[in-house]
Amino acid sequence: MPARRLELVDPDLCVGCMSCMFACSRRFGDSGLNYSAIHVRSVGGVERGFTVIVCRACDDPSCAKVCPTSALRMRRGGGVTLDAKLCIGCGYCVRACPFGAIFWDGVNDKPIICTHCGYCVDFCPYGVLRVM
Amino acid sequence: MPLVDEQLARVLRVDLTNKRYRVERRDDLFSRYLGGTGVAVQLLKENLNPRVDPLSPDNVVVMAVGVLTGVYPAASKLVAMFKSPLTGNLGESHAGGRAALALRMSGFGALVLEGSSETPIYLSVHDGRVEFKDASALWGVRSSLTIGKVLREREPWPGLRSIMRIGRAGERLVRYASVILETYRHFGRLGLGAVWGSKRLKALVIGGRRAVPVADVRGYREIYKQIFEECLRSPSTRKYHELGTAENVMPLNEIGGLPTRNLRSARFEGAELISGERFAKESLARRIACAHCPIACVHIASIREIYPGEKYFYVTRYISYDYEPIYALGSMLGVSEIEGILKLIEQTDILGLDAISSGVALAWATEAFERGVISERETIVRPEWGDWRTYLKMLELIVDQPNDFYGVLAEGTERASERYGCQDCALTFGGNEMPGYHTGPASHIGYLIGLRHSHLDNAGYSLDQRYLGKSYPDPDALVDELVEEESWRQVLTSLVICLFARGVYKPEMISRALKPLGIEIDEEDLRALGREIYREKLDLKIRMGFDPSRLRVPRRIFETPSPQGRIDEGYVMRALDRYRRIAVPPH
Repeated sequence: MPARRLELVDPDLCVGCMSCMFACSRRFGDSGLNYSAIHVRSVGGVERGFTVIVCRACDDPSCAKVCPTSALRMRRGGGVTLDAKLCIGCGYCVRACPFGAIFWDGVNDKPIICTHCGYCVDFCPYGVLRVM
Repeated sequence: MPLVDEQLARVLRVDLTNKRYRVERRDDLFSRYLGGTGVAVQLLKENLNPRVDPLSPDNVVVMAVGVLTGVYPAASKLVAMFKSPLTGNLGESHAGGRAALALRMSGFGALVLEGSSETPIYLSVHDGRVEFKDASALWGVRSSLTIGKVLREREPWPGLRSIMRIGRAGERLVRYASVILETYRHFGRLGLGAVWGSKRLKALVIGGRRAVPVADVRGYREIYKQIFEECLRSPSTRKYHELGTAENVMPLNEIGGLPTRNLRSARFEGAELISGERFAKESLARRIACAHCPIACVHIASIREIYPGEKYFYVTRYISYDYEPIYALGSMLGVSEIEGILKLIEQTDILGLDAISSGVALAWATEAFERGVISERETIVRPEWGDWRTYLKMLELIVDQPNDFYGVLAEGTERASERYGCQDCALTFGGNEMPGYHTGPASHIGYLIGLRHSHLDNAGYSLDQRYLGKSYPDPDALVDELVEEESWRQVLTSLVICLFARGVYKPEMISRALKPLGIEIDEEDLRALGREIYREKLDLKIRMGFDPSRLRVPRRIFETPSPQGRIDEGYVMRALDRYRRIAVPPH
């Protein structure tokens, strides 16, 4: 069975409620936003709608290429997984991702990597996201 | 009970005079009052001399969030409390957008603004720091929307911040100036914008991102899901996500409760043309949400205009609409064109004026002009019902204040009518311009005795509608019901729950939602807490000079029939008498 991957259906459906971000962060047990691997922001003012930044599950990901300790490994189905023990918190991956889809966990000083679990999809009332 | 999230108890105190700040821990306040209104009342009591001039450096602004912010959906309001320059009494205003979330994510539960800067400044609050930045070049910029654009480029945390700013109305101390945030949300009522203006505070940008610990993860996830689903499915929130509050126009008009032309009538022949249905069909462009609220009640319309000097050159602008501005800048002024209402709303946003107070002030001016109480010497232009182009100019004149008349009108309808006359047609309650419900005695009694002076602090209009066609309660019972409901709402606003979600957050639900956060409080204790906060707030109001025996009731409300028939003056007086006995118990 091919691995699941998260997809953006249509950012024009997004109302900017950030429920997906809270869902993503909540998977780790806390509330707030520290652990979110999704980011929603306006396109230069909310009147013009929103942009939703999620991991694209690249087949040839930039983030893994720049990781100096091989803490980011290729994931079956695209994207990467993080081996936190190897990660030295250099932040190169954050800068390498052209979509800006890697975020920073300020508590543990590690990148936040989307696992494509799809938990966020259940909390998007407007069908912006789906898992394939 | 100690707070699981210690950062909530951090109160950021900013001294605008000396450009200094410090952080105080107030676990006592947050664990007792849960946040928002309850905490803000105490911080104001501690820090504000109740007798100060609201536009002096001695006024203090408190902003607070609650234990549920960033934790559960729709706990999305930032509560601001200050002494109002419009009423000279307690000012409490709530704003949505990202303001509440941004404050909590920046690592604070409350913010206290004190003193006054000599030169215009703006504040940037992030990563636990406050930066005081020069805003001299931003002062006087024509549109508040430009200020938003400029700061968006200069400040950190896109998507996770709030950009609050005043317009020229705030700079020029119009006593019903607003603070605008995220383009479409406001601290609208009671003149917070003028208080900021008097402190030369042009803007406040705040943002951040952090984890909020919970005590019981499994319980938290379960109750979260339930609240989330109820926000979306509950019949009590349905109208907010579909047509939005603009849905009210038609039913209110049908029962005869839609204030029209300065409440000379409560039915508007143009109602259908400015109904929620019409707005949706002709101009709804997008719906958006406040941070952490799936309801998405913010309705944004577009208007497309051609540039007169250039062929094939169009501009599309976006303006948000709601029931209250449609009433205040629509039916109240006899405006039945959507385009006109949208442009008036846009103008109040550009200038930074409260839409409700502005509309009611213009309605008073129009009637006073018609009656010959004032003339073109005062008004400069000729106000006429429905003529929104002239009203657009008058809004500018309120801000520019080119003569004495506009100088006084900028102080509010109450003062303008004291000076120029036509007091019976000045629709103010406790000095504040009325919201859009002439549904019966309860709505007006609610405006008079409400502790926040918005429309949602009291249940007046909904009681009127509930008793429609049924036997209306006697004045004592009605007042008791209003006070009890408003006491409960102190709990909601201490938790900074948007009152649109009040049908989801019932006492039982709140008690269950607090448990995974390590807070054990049952329904009865929650209600008792509401009564305590009500009493504390009323006490603060009385210290600020609120005297329930000196409330002026505008004659007009007795002249224009309501859905409950003609409102009986004796009934209202008996109700106020009851309230006096509750508010000022004999010593």
